[in-house]
Amino acid sequence: MSTATLEPRVQAPRNYLNADYGWKSWLFTLDHKRIALLYMVSITFFFMIGGFFAVLMRIHLIEPQGALVQPETYNKLFTLHGVIMIFFFLVPSIPTVLGNFLIPLMIGARDLAFPKLNLLSWYIYVIGGLFTLYSAIAGGVDTGWTFYTPYSSTYSNTQVTAVVVGVFINGFSSILTGLNFIVTIHKMRAPGLTWFRMPLFLWALYATSIIMTLGTPVLAISLFLLALEHLFHVGIFSPALGGDPLLFQHLFWFYSHPTVYIMILPAMGVVSEIIACFARKRIFGYKIVGFSSVAIAVLGFLVWGHHMFVTGQSVYAGLIFSFLSFLVAIPSAIKVFNWTSTLYKGSISYEAPMLYALGFIGLFTMGGLTGMFLASLATDVHLNGTYFIVAHFHYIMVGGAVMGYLGGIHFWWPKISGRKYPQGWAALAAAIIFIGFNLTFFPQFILGYLGMPRRYAFYPAEFQVLNVMSSAGASILGVGYLIPLIYFIWSMRYGPVAGANPWGAKGLEWQTSSPPPPENFTQIPVVTEEAYAYAAEEKTSRG
Amino acid sequence: MADAHSAQVQTKYAGLAHQFEDLAQQHDADTLGIWVFLVTEIMFFGGVFAAYAIFRWLYFAAFAGGSHLLDIRLGAINTVVLLGSSLTMALSVRSAQIGNRRALVFFLLLTMILGGAFLGVKAYEYHQKFVEHIVPSLDWAPEGDVLARLAPGGLDHAQLYFFFYFAMTGLHALHMIIGIGLLLWLVLRARKGSFTPDYFAPVEVVGLYWHFVDIVWIFLFPLLYLIGGRY
Amino acid sequence: MQGISFQPEQASSIARSVDHLYFFITAVTLFFTIVIFSTIFYFMLKYRRRSPDERPKAIEGSLPLEVLWTAIPTLIVAAIFVWGSSLYFQNSEPPPGAMEIFVTGKQFMWKAEHPEGQREINELHVPLGRPVKLTMTSEDVIHDFFVPAFRVKKDVLPGRYTSMWFEPTKLGTFHLFCAQYCGAFHAGMIGSVIVVEPDEYERWLMGGVQGETMEAAGERLFRENGCITCHLSDGTGPAPSLLGVYGNTVHLTNGQTLMADDAYIRESILSPAAKVVNGYKPVMPSFQGQLSEEQIVNLVAYIRSLGHSLDNAKGKQQEEGKK
Repeated sequence: MSTATLEPRVQAPRNYLNADYGWKSWLFTLDHKRIALLYMVSITFFFMIGGFFAVLMRIHLIEPQGALVQPETYNKLFTLHGVIMIFFFLVPSIPTVLGNFLIPLMIGARDLAFPKLNLLSWYIYVIGGLFTLYSAIAGGVDTGWTFYTPYSSTYSNTQVTAVVVGVFINGFSSILTGLNFIVTIHKMRAPGLTWFRMPLFLWALYATSIIMTLGTPVLAISLFLLALEHLFHVGIFSPALGGDPLLFQHLFWFYSHPTVYIMILPAMGVVSEIIACFARKRIFGYKIVGFSSVAIAVLGFLVWGHHMFVTGQSVYAGLIFSFLSFLVAIPSAIKVFNWTSTLYKGSISYEAPMLYALGFIGLFTMGGLTGMFLASLATDVHLNGTYFIVAHFHYIMVGGAVMGYLGGIHFWWPKISGRKYPQGWAALAAAIIFIGFNLTFFPQFILGYLGMPRRYAFYPAEFQVLNVMSSAGASILGVGYLIPLIYFIWSMRYGPVAGANPWGAKGLEWQTSSPPPPENFTQIPVVTEEAYAYAAEEKTSRG
Repeated sequence: MADAHSAQVQTKYAGLAHQFEDLAQQHDADTLGIWVFLVTEIMFFGGVFAAYAIFRWLYFAAFAGGSHLLDIRLGAINTVVLLGSSLTMALSVRSAQIGNRRALVFFLLLTMILGGAFLGVKAYEYHQKFVEHIVPSLDWAPEGDVLARLAPGGLDHAQLYFFFYFAMTGLHALHMIIGIGLLLWLVLRARKGSFTPDYFAPVEVVGLYWHFVDIVWIFLFPLLYLIGGRY
Repeated sequence: MQGISFQPEQASSIARSVDHLYFFITAVTLFFTIVIFSTIFYFMLKYRRRSPDERPKAIEGSLPLEVLWTAIPTLIVAAIFVWGSSLYFQNSEPPPGAMEIFVTGKQFMWKAEHPEGQREINELHVPLGRPVKLTMTSEDVIHDFFVPAFRVKKDVLPGRYTSMWFEPTKLGTFHLFCAQYCGAFHAGMIGSVIVVEPDEYERWLMGGVQGETMEAAGERLFRENGCITCHLSDGTGPAPSLLGVYGNTVHLTNGQTLMADDAYIRESILSPAAKVVNGYKPVMPSFQGQLSEEQIVNLVAYIRSLGHSLDNAKGKQQEEGKK
């Protein structure tokens, strides 16, 4: 027994990890699984940088006058925290790590449709990241991740061009990944795998890919025009020459609102997979959940104006955007009810992935419900630009998307690495993250309602208590994120060897070895059963 | 799908990638892929078209004044040149389809030449803007007759018009240059004999891209050159 | 460190109604949070795995349930939408008789100008119980005028006017924050709205440095900048007379018509070629870069007064005609 774990390389069968060695075999790989790991390393790197900036910000905000840095530096911290976390961590995370790894396995293919494009996407991501890191090192950027004009185009003298180029380039990584996924899901499903037999994770990634391909180009053109304005001062966004600063906001939010659905839909897909496995039941209302993903993607393109309710735009425009913003909440609510119903009469176990999935449902529900305050015009007038907004989006993006990502990593880690990790430490980390997260961000709802604006480097003393609470939570949250990093690395060498299907899950990815061979399947499987056919004895095929 | 034997035979063609079962699936995937990419390009150009539409509506007089300074004959020539290049591109795809390698190379080269001609005319037009000092921010000092044409609508808003002129035609020209590069790659592969009637997807894919760039120009020409009646 | 409060003061006429909606949404949020959390906890306990090879029966779904839990949230959000929208509409236009104050935001301070000429920096004195309309613009980047105690905010944009209104219902000093990130000292762009009794407000207006009213300042600027040489009041100059223009329809050379409001006056000063009155040539020079936002706002106030003076003059003529 012990010899088996001490010398895995000698005894493990040929898999994608040991089939080839050397840096060239990694940097020039065309294997979607290796590319997924390249992404995993890079997004973890950016997560730590973005997280480090967050830690500095929360330490700074312990004191009303600011405890750590000058206001100009604080402004650069929150800008780069936002840019890095959104564009270089959240948007890529689940699609490029779990999507890249799992899509061919889940649909029974040997790779994605365009493996070279996949590798190119990673290099584009890295180049975009380098430009962004350069902008941070060469003095920073202080415009906020939203780059509002005319401050960013005319007034700021920070590294605006560098960071805009970095985000622009990174956008192409998103576009090509989305394109790859769409073609793969359309054209490369194994025999018998109809659309309605696909795991819901694939539905979620399909909807995400639609947003990535349709929305990101609009960000690209917005940033392109912003860069031209910043360099040449012509005036399309500057009133002095007849330009319109709000035009930038419309162009920017037309992409950036759908982006939040890029960030949450994959996490919802992960949650569907985990709940089905750990309740040993088919997801309740499978088709409805699948269609809800697509509905969220479509409706998500129609609501961008809710970021601009107080800009002086027409009240009628406000009305329409408010109405649509309420509508887009409904499919998400439907999903939460369906996941909950899946637990009914299930057979539930509480390993780490399930803890993350359940945490997601709780925190996403809270975050999503707080969206109602912001979709409603009268309350948004008071809450816009305050910490309420900050709390709302962190509940969804951190309490939702990051927990979904971590849950997915915990679920598929045995498949990816061939190893198991210690359950006790994993459960502890999940609990620490849950507690630390709520302590960090719940006080911010109250701060926002009380009127503390966001992006403030210093604040009136009456807001201090809540700020200190939030910072205390952030330190706990930080510890919680470090623990998995340690045990995952530990497990690669010392973790117990995992079999092909340690969770007893359904899904084609569990029918091949852990880790999978380079070509995924020795023989392309033929699918004859529905997704999540846990009670397989009772149901075979159904349209 | 295809049985094991013909699958083995097909893999012998330098063309079938390992992730696909057969050439038909690969062709399907390639075609869907380029169409999805073109949709993203529509969204990309769509953003700048939308911004242009808004400003043209706001400052119509200035935009008309700016438009009247463009040479409509050169724009028309370029339109014909580009349409012609789409014809030669379609003929090259046809040549690949019927396996005529010489015709394929010929039509690809002709498409490149026509694309180059377009860029040449464009370069001349850009040069003219510098001569007339109506390049926003870099060389903006209209005088004489040019100034008289632009002043009524407001010089600042006229500068906006030329900003859009350069941004939109510049993006388009960049796409043309990339297209010519892709055509060169096709020529080199075609001469080596890489394409057969069973496998010519790259020619088709580049062809679709080229047609798209052509269509963008079909929109650009009236939007930029043909505002508000002539002279 | 002070204690924690959970709600800002309610110091305006709309604060309470906004808070009522806020509490309703909070109740809905709490309700669904509790329902979901407790259902999940209950299922987690009741259906925990008891043996390793348990195989629960498959349950496909339930259309009636799906309809139910789609319809109920839809109705609830529809109610919130209607409530929030109607409140928003009610609050979008100031009541008649609102007094106007002009506010300019710039990095990193607020400047207010009362019609009587009184100027303030980072403070805004207003009388209790009277609706106040703020007409605002920015001299540089986008800012936002936010008074939490009044539950109002509005972005302040360069190159155009935005407006908002409030009616203070409590005496006191209330926070004024900039709520749209505007650069290095965004956090320092704060001040106070000071609500005083109406007679104290009058006294405050009289006291301090006796300055010009906005209209008088505007008239002076109209002379000093040469506007008067072309905009002759009898209309015989190369420019239209401005008597009676404000608030009335204007016909342009391109056939369009519009209402002459603050924004139109401002644009005509800064970009005169954009909209030229029918029958006139585009010969007016631009004053871009020569006049500050404050000076423009004073000119607007003066031209606004000309709009009324024509009615006064006509009224006088009618009266004299009757005699």
